[in-house]
Amino acid sequence: MTTTAETRTAPAAHAAKRRRPRTEALWGYAFIAPTGLGLAVFYLWPVLQTAYFSFTEWGAFGGHTWTGLDNYVRLLGDPEVGQAVLNTLLYTVLGLAGIPLAIVFAALLNRPGLGGVSVYRTAFFLPVVTMPVAVAMLWRWLYNGDYGLVNQVLAVVGIDGPNWIADPATAMYALVVVGVWSSVGYNLIIFLAGMQAIPRELYEAAAIDGAGRVRQFFRITLPMLSPTAFFISIVSVIGSLQLFDLVFVMTGSGQSARANPAYSRLQTVVQLFYERAFVTNDRGYAAAIVIALLVLIAALTIAQFRLQRKWVHYV
Amino acid sequence: MSERRPIGVHAVLIASSLAMVAPFVWQVITSLKTLSSATAVPPSLLPEGRWDNYAKVFELLPFGDQFLNTVLMAAGRVAGQVLFCSMAAYAFARLRFPGKNVLFVVFLSVLMVPPQLFVIPQYQIMSSLGWLNSLQAIIVPGLFSAFGVFLLRQFFLGLPREIEEAARLDGAGPVRIYWSIMLPLARPGLVALSVLVLLWAWNDLFWPLVVNTDPDKMTLSAGLAALQGQYQTDYPVLMAGSLIASLPVIAVFVFLQRQFIQGVAHTGSKG
Repeated sequence: MTTTAETRTAPAAHAAKRRRPRTEALWGYAFIAPTGLGLAVFYLWPVLQTAYFSFTEWGAFGGHTWTGLDNYVRLLGDPEVGQAVLNTLLYTVLGLAGIPLAIVFAALLNRPGLGGVSVYRTAFFLPVVTMPVAVAMLWRWLYNGDYGLVNQVLAVVGIDGPNWIADPATAMYALVVVGVWSSVGYNLIIFLAGMQAIPRELYEAAAIDGAGRVRQFFRITLPMLSPTAFFISIVSVIGSLQLFDLVFVMTGSGQSARANPAYSRLQTVVQLFYERAFVTNDRGYAAAIVIALLVLIAALTIAQFRLQRKWVHYV
Repeated sequence: MSERRPIGVHAVLIASSLAMVAPFVWQVITSLKTLSSATAVPPSLLPEGRWDNYAKVFELLPFGDQFLNTVLMAAGRVAGQVLFCSMAAYAFARLRFPGKNVLFVVFLSVLMVPPQLFVIPQYQIMSSLGWLNSLQAIIVPGLFSAFGVFLLRQFFLGLPREIEEAARLDGAGPVRIYWSIMLPLARPGLVALSVLVLLWAWNDLFWPLVVNTDPDKMTLSAGLAALQGQYQTDYPVLMAGSLIASLPVIAVFVFLQRQFIQGVAHTGSKG
């Protein structure tokens, strides 16, 4: 059966060559079968089911009935959903500030002959590998209004800091700082790889023409890096729109979370989805919320692809 | 290079590195204080050697069980993805079969969908199998990954074909070629995937939180979130718990730094 049994005589080899595509095809299907079946059962079919559920209402005992567009009509008039979408968009847009920050750090680290690069890189990367739940707990403590380190440091210079994540005026900004802090290392690594792919000759030619470091950065590094920046911006927008862990741990969920005066300013779309799907067991409505999230993600991704012509340079 | 010593550059980098590391230092210091000295104003910058905060984490939570659950979940997902994804990746990179391109696009389409869309039906599957609050629940859906297939396919495509051709002429079939030629050659790719899967599995919150709600079936991230819910203000204990939960992956990162960073860089290389 298998090619191992083939003899090397010319006619047999010829026959095997004709036979090989069939056995090869069978092996091809066999090799993709485990992942193919797993993806079909646990990923592809569930997407269709979620889409179907978004048109149903769930009873207390798990049964569900078709209700047409009811969930979507309810969604459009639900102030909690509107607020969660606004919060998530604000977090996403403010979080983009992490991109220029990462470019600057990468450019500093990319300086030829700079010592200690691996030490700096490790420091920047530490928050990336730290469990988000732990990150959120840590920052909740740092942001504590009475005893947190942030306010203790501010007190030294005479500033009376707010209760950062419990104050509606500051909560979202405080959250963005944590998001940027924990993702800047990832972006930096990708930018550094992008910078190292820029041909040295470009810089040498520019130096001969008398361009200094700053000019080289704006005229060579930035344009050459724009495809990388585009990739990072796509990935971070998609990631930010799905924010859950940080907010979930910083505010908690359910009644105790609502005691936080800033809760409504922090609640994200995915957090709302979690509550509807697994706390109040309103799964049809929860399904409609994630379908709306899918639409939001798709719209912003397509918009970015449209805009890329204006600022991304491909060589 | 005839340059001035870049003192300004180092100053900026040192200051920002401190901003990255200082929160962790404060986490360690707080975890070794009593509650009353942790909440003293102004704070003392010195740790106090209160190791009992760490013991208390184990009293408040079935931390040992949760640790084991997390290790087994991560190990299971890594092993499953390395095997299954490399098999599929090899087929997509090297074997010819009808419908290959269509199937590959179908695989990739999974990558485009936000993971929250899978959760409700996956939960129902687990529930109907009687798998809620089990190790299977947190492992099985994580055995399959479109991302892993994509990453390893790129690796296989980059490997030279000559060795394979030689083996084929010697009569080796696809299984032999996959197992004894492609897998050893693709080792850097397999390590990169393993490191990423380990990182994501260890830090995963949403899915384990949803399916395993019994304290002794929880993973560390869900357990910590629960600890925080119950002991909102006992900061030294919370810091001790969050530190031991995140330390294993940080330790792996420190030891396998190059592989980690390469793995992460791979996630960007296809942009």
